[in-house]
Amino acid sequence: MSQREQIEEFFKQMIGFAETMKQSVGVPLVFDQKSGAALWLDQRELTLRFTISVERIRKFFEALSEGKVLATRCKETGTIYFPPQVDCPDAPGSEVEWIEMPREGELLTWTVIYTKPYSFSHYNDYTVGIARFPNGVNVLAWVRESDPGKLRVGMKVRLEVVKREPEGYLTYELVPVEEGQ
Amino acid sequence: MGRPVAVVGTGIAKYGVRNDASIAELAWEAIHGALAEAGVEQKDIDIVVVGNVGGWSSEPLSSVVLLEYAGMSGKPVYRVEAACATGSAAIKAAHDAIASGEADLALVVGVERMNESPTPIVVEFIGRAGNYFWEFENFGLTFPGYYALYATAYMDKYRATEEDLCRVAVKNHYYASFNPKAHFPRKISLEQCMQSRYIAWPLKLFDSSPITDGAAAVVLASEELAKKLTDSPVWIEAIGMASDTSNLSKRPDFLVHRASLWAAERAFKKLGIEREESYKHFDFANVHDAFTIAEILAYEALGFAKWGEGYKLVREEQTYIGGLIPVNLDGGLKAKGHPIGATGVGMAVEHVRQLQQRVEKERQAPIVKGRSLAHNVGGTGHYAFITVYSLEKPRRP
Repeated sequence: MSQREQIEEFFKQMIGFAETMKQSVGVPLVFDQKSGAALWLDQRELTLRFTISVERIRKFFEALSEGKVLATRCKETGTIYFPPQVDCPDAPGSEVEWIEMPREGELLTWTVIYTKPYSFSHYNDYTVGIARFPNGVNVLAWVRESDPGKLRVGMKVRLEVVKREPEGYLTYELVPVEEGQ
Repeated sequence: MGRPVAVVGTGIAKYGVRNDASIAELAWEAIHGALAEAGVEQKDIDIVVVGNVGGWSSEPLSSVVLLEYAGMSGKPVYRVEAACATGSAAIKAAHDAIASGEADLALVVGVERMNESPTPIVVEFIGRAGNYFWEFENFGLTFPGYYALYATAYMDKYRATEEDLCRVAVKNHYYASFNPKAHFPRKISLEQCMQSRYIAWPLKLFDSSPITDGAAAVVLASEELAKKLTDSPVWIEAIGMASDTSNLSKRPDFLVHRASLWAAERAFKKLGIEREESYKHFDFANVHDAFTIAEILAYEALGFAKWGEGYKLVREEQTYIGGLIPVNLDGGLKAKGHPIGATGVGMAVEHVRQLQQRVEKERQAPIVKGRSLAHNVGGTGHYAFITVYSLEKPRRP
């Protein structure tokens, strides 16, 4: 059973129990499995789904469809921003220009997420890493390698645009480069 | 700096899965204790500051809800948030109200009811506490995951091992076993820790602090009132604060916990002491061991160990009583538990009682210097607070 299925099963059982309680004692009580403490199962449910403004950084998302990962650079100070931002805090009023991220960087660190957040519980275990690129910028992303033992600090990784399934949207990933390639 | 501020009363609720109590009932356990210990009543309090993060619990205006329950509606109150350092931020806010002369008696309440939501939802909420859009939305990091990024880099560079990390857990469980208020008041073995499952490689379940409900409260007073209320006030000698980037990718490496370092430098400057070998100035410390690696990083940032040698302190048992500096004698976040908004206030309760030499004898630090350090991190070093407690009234310019 995937973590998502386990959670759904847990919710289903709790709701089922509360339904029985509503029929017998009139209120949705459930009980703590260890202490037996009475808990009210909330009858209000809320879905959180934000709409986040990307208006000023639309170019970043448009470039993904061309297979490019972009950053911004302050025209006055030369500071590179990734994640991209359109304001230069060091030189207020200065503009930024869009630049392409280098393709190859070096892995700094990584982890494999086994216990997942609810909204990621439908994925298999995934590796998250941070790589440093020749322009001095670090990028955090999934790493295409599920065995942490096969990764090492300093190994070369390629920054690739990928389609994230099952949602089917474009994002980017760090792909280990085979030795001698 | 302003007027000196003393802690004159402490209260703490049992940490754990507290499904037997609502957030207001849980807070009351701590509030009641703190008021009674201070020998004051609700009406005497000038201002209340509540530390509560919420999200996983049902009451959005928790501070008002728990004040009403405690019979204190009408009092000036607000809630503060600094992620896992929320409790320390609440103490800072109340401290400042007294230091500035605006209040003479303040109540600080830290409370969290994390178990109102199931574990995967809590994991999600904490995982979002970084940079939501760029690091959570697409990559689903968890809190152990963020600290694991530090652990991987640190272990690779300095050759620390997973056993070294587990030694932190063993120590903190050892002291928790003497603390009846702890979430896990029991010892664990190195093997138990090593055999626990990975939650975010290389961190295992036993490297991680639990999802905990809890509450803690302290009453803070001006010098004039403190002298009337108690013969043994504990003073807040200095507070140092700092922050770091929300995106972990914007930090240059994962070897130095920068927010902790900067907060320590600011606190130590106020004390007029050096960061190197800072342990010489304190009888004991609490450091923010949300994960075992965090305790090791804290040793280095606070100057207890040289860079890259923090793990040797725990390997050589230098942070047990009798070593260089005893650390987390209440069990730490790891075993006492980490009810997010309560944690910093719970540290204050511990420091006052330790300095007054009234905790369980097995975990009582010898009090010689009369000074202790509490280190509380918010997020993955998004915030950091160093609070220094002292038996001696701070000299203020």
